[in-house]
Amino acid sequence: MLLFMRRYGIWLAAVIVCVVLPYIFTSRLSLTLFCQMGIALIFALSYNMLLGQGGMLSFGHAVFYGIGGFLAMHALNKISGGTLPLPIELLPLVGGLGGLAAGIVFGWLSTERSGTTFALISLGIGELIAASALMLPSFFGGEEGISANRMVQTTLTGFRFGKQIEVYFLIAFWAIVSAALMYLHTKTPLGRVANAVRDNPERAAFIGYNTRAVRTLQFSLSAFFAGIAGGLFAINYEIITAETVGALASGSVLMMTYVGGVGHFFGPILGAILVTFMQVSLAGITHAWLLYFGLLFVGMVLWAPTGMAGIIMMHEPVWKAGLMKRLLPSYLLIALPSLVMFVGVMILVEINYHLSLSINPEAALQLFGIRFKAQSPVAWSTAILLAAIGFVFFRAAKRKVSRSWDEVTQTMKGGAV
Amino acid sequence: MFEYLLFSLLNTLVLGMLFFMLSSGLTLIFSMMGVLNFAHASFYMLGAYFGYQISAVFGFGPALLLAPLAVGVLGALVERYGLRSVHKYGHVAELLFTVGLAFIIEEAVNLIWGRNAVTYPVPNFLDFSLFTLFTTSFSAYRAFMLLISVGIFAGVYLVLTRTRIGLIIQASLTHPQGVSALGHNVPAVFMLVFGGGSALAGLAGVIGGIFLITEPAMAATLGPIVFVVIVVGGMGSLTGALVASLLLAAIQTFAVGIDVSLGDIFARIGFQMSPGGLLKDLWRIKISHTGPILPYLFMVLMLMFRPKGLMGKRES
Repeated sequence: MLLFMRRYGIWLAAVIVCVVLPYIFTSRLSLTLFCQMGIALIFALSYNMLLGQGGMLSFGHAVFYGIGGFLAMHALNKISGGTLPLPIELLPLVGGLGGLAAGIVFGWLSTERSGTTFALISLGIGELIAASALMLPSFFGGEEGISANRMVQTTLTGFRFGKQIEVYFLIAFWAIVSAALMYLHTKTPLGRVANAVRDNPERAAFIGYNTRAVRTLQFSLSAFFAGIAGGLFAINYEIITAETVGALASGSVLMMTYVGGVGHFFGPILGAILVTFMQVSLAGITHAWLLYFGLLFVGMVLWAPTGMAGIIMMHEPVWKAGLMKRLLPSYLLIALPSLVMFVGVMILVEINYHLSLSINPEAALQLFGIRFKAQSPVAWSTAILLAAIGFVFFRAAKRKVSRSWDEVTQTMKGGAV
Repeated sequence: MFEYLLFSLLNTLVLGMLFFMLSSGLTLIFSMMGVLNFAHASFYMLGAYFGYQISAVFGFGPALLLAPLAVGVLGALVERYGLRSVHKYGHVAELLFTVGLAFIIEEAVNLIWGRNAVTYPVPNFLDFSLFTLFTTSFSAYRAFMLLISVGIFAGVYLVLTRTRIGLIIQASLTHPQGVSALGHNVPAVFMLVFGGGSALAGLAGVIGGIFLITEPAMAATLGPIVFVVIVVGGMGSLTGALVASLLLAAIQTFAVGIDVSLGDIFARIGFQMSPGGLLKDLWRIKISHTGPILPYLFMVLMLMFRPKGLMGKRES
């Protein structure tokens, strides 16, 4: 029983959380947020099959997401037209199979080499599909995209999908199934060989593996799951436009996955949840959210290249050794200047946005409950001062953090001997 | 027909030399550091905006000098304090750093200059028609662009082949350790090349921003094209970059004038393609509309069949 819980407990917990979540956060906004998170989660996990597991940095993963979405949308239109007897619950599979087919073709074309060549081919294919999307209006729907109605007669569950919560349960079901399948995939021989090909392709080839075939397989499976996410996108939004295959979508899944952490299976899940939450919540508060997101991303690349998952897993041995309380003071010490620096930068950004983008730059703007004019030199100097002071103390605190890390690792080593 | 050919050729030269100014820096940076710099086109955009701002205050002459300089300094700082510190995490981290940087620069441009295109006019002293042949006229500004970019090409070529620093740069392209062992400061050379490449991109922005358009999306539109140029030309080869720039500019300029569709071509050689299904538009696309996709098609094919590029000496 204990073994069972240890092995499957986390999945059981995930199922329970998914079921309970909409009854705790009952508002419409949070429900749409959960739906978006579920879709983003599948997409990001599928991306990590490429980047994390296979070492293939792709700039065109949204191609498969988009193709899956468009195929699912066409299929949905056929279903509601009565020409395709497919229950809507299985519609994501249509997207998945479409993604798989496209993945086999493009995967075979692009995976002979990895590294920069692969990255550039994926970029080229991404741009190619995005540019041709506007030239093929009968498949991609031109400027206005393709829309459909998800309330159809053929269902398995008796859900009519008129209510958002029914869509939520469908997405949650597919998210858990896909995540479980992708997790199991990491344990299969193919998943392991993909790791080997990522780390040392030459040696894998000498042992007798066909590196291109391994990469192609990994690529196509990843495209399959991206297609499933695309199919869910079609059901959730009932409209899909050529933007879905574009560079922006490809870039955002890359950032999500990286911020979450590519080294661990659960990293992309964290990334998808955080980034989607930021997208929805920050976009409502400030126009500058993309800038904050970019700063977060660059900050992660500079200072925490292992992502959120990496940071968490770094603390696991410390936690087990019971030494967390030695680290906490230095963490608190660095949190304060980071906050001050961030507030300074934020004020600067908001002032500038107000000056350049608002309808009336002369009007006062409000930050933290304080109303002031964007032109006021006091506001400018306060912001710059805050950012500068924060930065100086941030650097000092960073040294402190690394010192206490050194101490902790020393103690752990000493304990082991 | 002659008129069309001549002016397409001239426009190809103008556009191609602009591409070259952008890609020459990028290809040197890539072959030296192994980093695909996604922010390179962002430096081009910054050049255009700096040029716009400076010429609004001081005039076009100072902008032509100051804006590239400012962009170059910015590029050197990015190399010194950004790229160099992520270098230890490997190439993927370096590449993603430049992706994030491109993202931030685009948003910062939005932040400072707004989301719409700015009016960055042709300077007064160049705003006349140089000559008119048959019915088409060629503006003095295009001739000026051509002059500047040919001058830059000659300058870069001479610096790289005839000066001491150029020889050191060439040596550090392929043998950085050896150059370092001889007592040269290779990181400083990297910084110089990165800054210089950014300054070239900035200069391309100052003159290209007037020629094309100055808007926050300009980096995202031109960025992938520049990658195509360096891939097709061969990573690290300046001559290759020149040839590929002209080639791509020719594709984009000449394709506009050809009014034939894929279906027509198949019909000509005896296959009548019956339109139908979801991809029926495929047969109806006119060559003149394929301008945006041809470069990428070209790049993908090139990478698959000749990853060295036209003139490159090694694979990426």
